[in-house]
Amino acid sequence: MDKMHYLFAAFLAIWIILSIYLFSLHSREKKIRKEIERLKSSRQSAVGNRQ
Amino acid sequence: MSERSQSRLDTVLGVVLAFGMVAALYMAFIEAPREKTMGDLQRIFYFHVPIAIAGMTSFAVNFAASLMVLIRKNRWWDHLALAAAEIGVVFFVIVLVTGSIWAKPEWLVWWTWSPRLTASLILCLLYAAYLLIRNYIEDPERRALVCAVFGIIAFLDAPLVWFSIRWWRDIHPSPMLETGGLSPSMRPAFYVCLAVFQVFLVYMLRRRFFLESMRDELETFERQIG
Repeated sequence: MDKMHYLFAAFLAIWIILSIYLFSLHSREKKIRKEIERLKSSRQSAVGNRQ
Repeated sequence: MSERSQSRLDTVLGVVLAFGMVAALYMAFIEAPREKTMGDLQRIFYFHVPIAIAGMTSFAVNFAASLMVLIRKNRWWDHLALAAAEIGVVFFVIVLVTGSIWAKPEWLVWWTWSPRLTASLILCLLYAAYLLIRNYIEDPERRALVCAVFGIIAFLDAPLVWFSIRWWRDIHPSPMLETGGLSPSMRPAFYVCLAVFQVFLVYMLRRRFFLESMRDELETFERQIG
């Protein structure tokens, strides 16, 4: 394999790993935000029902 | 700081980072001269070393935050320690992968058990273990304390990684900045990449810290409801 291929492979690996990590951060953040919203609305509806 | 100004700061950091990455790529691939013996393959160095330094910085942040957990017993520091450990592992995985890709054409092997490589692998595995341990302890206070102790012990390997090529005979290239191996024409590219990855570290630390704060808020919320 030509040395340029190794250079390309190394940079591809950097961007793939960083992209996967940033994507996982984003999706975890989205999931937690959704869960917090769900709990908040269910608590509000429970308070509303009691009143 | 309000949530609005936090997100504004994140946007500013993101924009700086986007421009910085373009500048780093330009400097590494166009501005920096071609190295005589390794040729273009040496350009891996402009990303490999700054990412390694960012990874070590991240583990140092984990160490400092772990100490603060023991002193202050505050969850804020635990969140920072976790963020730093996770990002450090990501950076070190990149370092090990890119180092291995560089080694194959230069040393004719993907991997060798040299002191620097072995110590780096152990450091990465120690912090991976740190992240795993967190999943097995339910109580947040106990988890913070156990992980703080583990984080402090894990960091003992960091000086070994840093000094291994100075203390022992190693196939790994010697520290170029200290030995003068990096020519002055290559230095601007290296420093730009170094600065960009330090900003990237701050950006990722903020994002991961924010995520952990949200998770903590969720856990508190669930406890209140349940």
